[in-house]
Amino acid sequence: MVPLSYYLILSAVLFACGVAGFLIKRNIITTFLSIELMLNGVNLSFVAFAAQLKSLDGHIFVFFVMVVAAAEAAVGLAIIISVFRTRETLNVDRVNVLKL
Amino acid sequence: MISAVDYIRILPELVLSVFGILVMIVDPLIPEQSPKRPLGMIALVGVLAGLAATAYQVGFYGDAFFHSVQVNTFSVFFHIVILLIALVVLLTSCEYLEVQKIRAGEYYGLILFGTVGMMLMTSAVELVLIFIALEISSISTYILAGMRRRVAESSESSLKYFLLGSFATAFFLYGVAMVYGATGSTNIYTIAHALRTQQSTLAYLAVGLMFVGLGFKVAAAPFHVWTPDVYEGSPAPVVALMSTGPKAAAFAVLLRVLFGTGAIGWFWIVWLAAILSMTLGNIGALVQQNVKRLLAYSSIAHAGYLLVAFAAGREVGISGAIFYTATYAAMNVGAFAVVSHLSGEGEKYVTIDDYAGLGRRSPPLAGILTIFLLSLIGIPATGGFFAKFYVFSAAFQSGLTGLVIIGVINSAIAAYYYLRIIVHMYMRDERTEAPVARIPATLGIGLAISLIATIYLGVLPGRLLEYALTSARDLVK
Repeated sequence: MVPLSYYLILSAVLFACGVAGFLIKRNIITTFLSIELMLNGVNLSFVAFAAQLKSLDGHIFVFFVMVVAAAEAAVGLAIIISVFRTRETLNVDRVNVLKL
Repeated sequence: MISAVDYIRILPELVLSVFGILVMIVDPLIPEQSPKRPLGMIALVGVLAGLAATAYQVGFYGDAFFHSVQVNTFSVFFHIVILLIALVVLLTSCEYLEVQKIRAGEYYGLILFGTVGMMLMTSAVELVLIFIALEISSISTYILAGMRRRVAESSESSLKYFLLGSFATAFFLYGVAMVYGATGSTNIYTIAHALRTQQSTLAYLAVGLMFVGLGFKVAAAPFHVWTPDVYEGSPAPVVALMSTGPKAAAFAVLLRVLFGTGAIGWFWIVWLAAILSMTLGNIGALVQQNVKRLLAYSSIAHAGYLLVAFAAGREVGISGAIFYTATYAAMNVGAFAVVSHLSGEGEKYVTIDDYAGLGRRSPPLAGILTIFLLSLIGIPATGGFFAKFYVFSAAFQSGLTGLVIIGVINSAIAAYYYLRIIVHMYMRDERTEAPVARIPATLGIGLAISLIATIYLGVLPGRLLEYALTSARDLVK
């Protein structure tokens, strides 16, 4: 039996990788993938806690999260395409019409 | 068991969803070249039906769907606020879409779906349901932000809103996972019960993470960087919606998470976020030339004043926050309605210079905008005054003198940039050729609603405040 803390640490590492990727990466698609990585890190915590607590709730939440992530991906990719149409770039640094 | 009463307890959401679907069905039936105005009318009827459904709910307080939805004075209050916001936004949009030549039926549908999400956020007491409602409202607003498809600014603001919004939601969700691990449940009341017996490190972490997620949604500093860009690029009526609706809903969720669960250890986070939001918001607004951007910074500052009420805590603080949300919604949605009317085709006229001489070109519009701006400053006889007064007096009663002093200094700074717009309207010569179109009937009704609300709350705040106190008691019960 793998202890709960291993899962939680892995999930925290995944989440942190997602955060780091979001902040560092300059390509919009990669940035978007980093968010998905964060969500998957959260999913892992849900499942780990559910196994620990011997309750099914956590498993079900993961399905909800996946559905929402899919909806988000659909809208997100549409937005990315609309940005590409007007700007012809996928680099976040060059999507900068709006500035301080 | 699920009974008929359960459905009554989500009736407003159901009604709005049905009308949203109706809009989507009717959309393709309208001939290619004719205007999409009938869809706006369907949406308006939907919102009015939603208001009626909310009024009907009053006799059916209680839990529904296995304690995941709760209808009480608190949720009914926020339902009405959000529905009125949607009503004014729809009334503003009818004209705006024609002027901008946006022929999109889904625009109205998305506003209705977004409203459903916001309303569900305020009545849900199950964190996973709150998460789903949050996403319903967010995803709709992401799309709405990019509605001016051919304009680079609009799709850019949509992208920024989407990326940072989903980033924030992930934090919120991580918080939910932590609280699930700490207490074995995601129901607010079960959590409250579990936390009463023992507080754990996981619970502290959970509240912190959820605050990060919701802080993004309410545009509180230091999570506010997206706000000016998104507000500048999005269509003006959509900004009216997203600067008030999702914010009100997110504040309702924040009230539930912080006070409903009885979590502790968040005081200093909220305290710091309040000070940062007020200061950064007001200082940022001082140098803005674009009115939409200026109001974006002002909305950050107002989130700060609201967080002062959170820091004050107890019933007075909670009721102050509830009252402030309603007042802020009334005045801000009205101000953006005026901005969207004045912006003209392609949103060309949105800088302060374009407002020069408005007092002569269109006295009624200038007068109405002046009242909203005075209310945002917090001048007596407008809702903004009492809202600030209750928040600061609640903070004072809780012994947060330092926070009150910083808040009052900030209000004084804020007066400068709001007055700058008023000075431009009345004391500068007209420099631009910015034409002022006649006020159409729909916009007139929308403006009247927000104007009446702003002044009513400034003259007779007693009833609403009492109601807010009742809601606050219901929340912490």
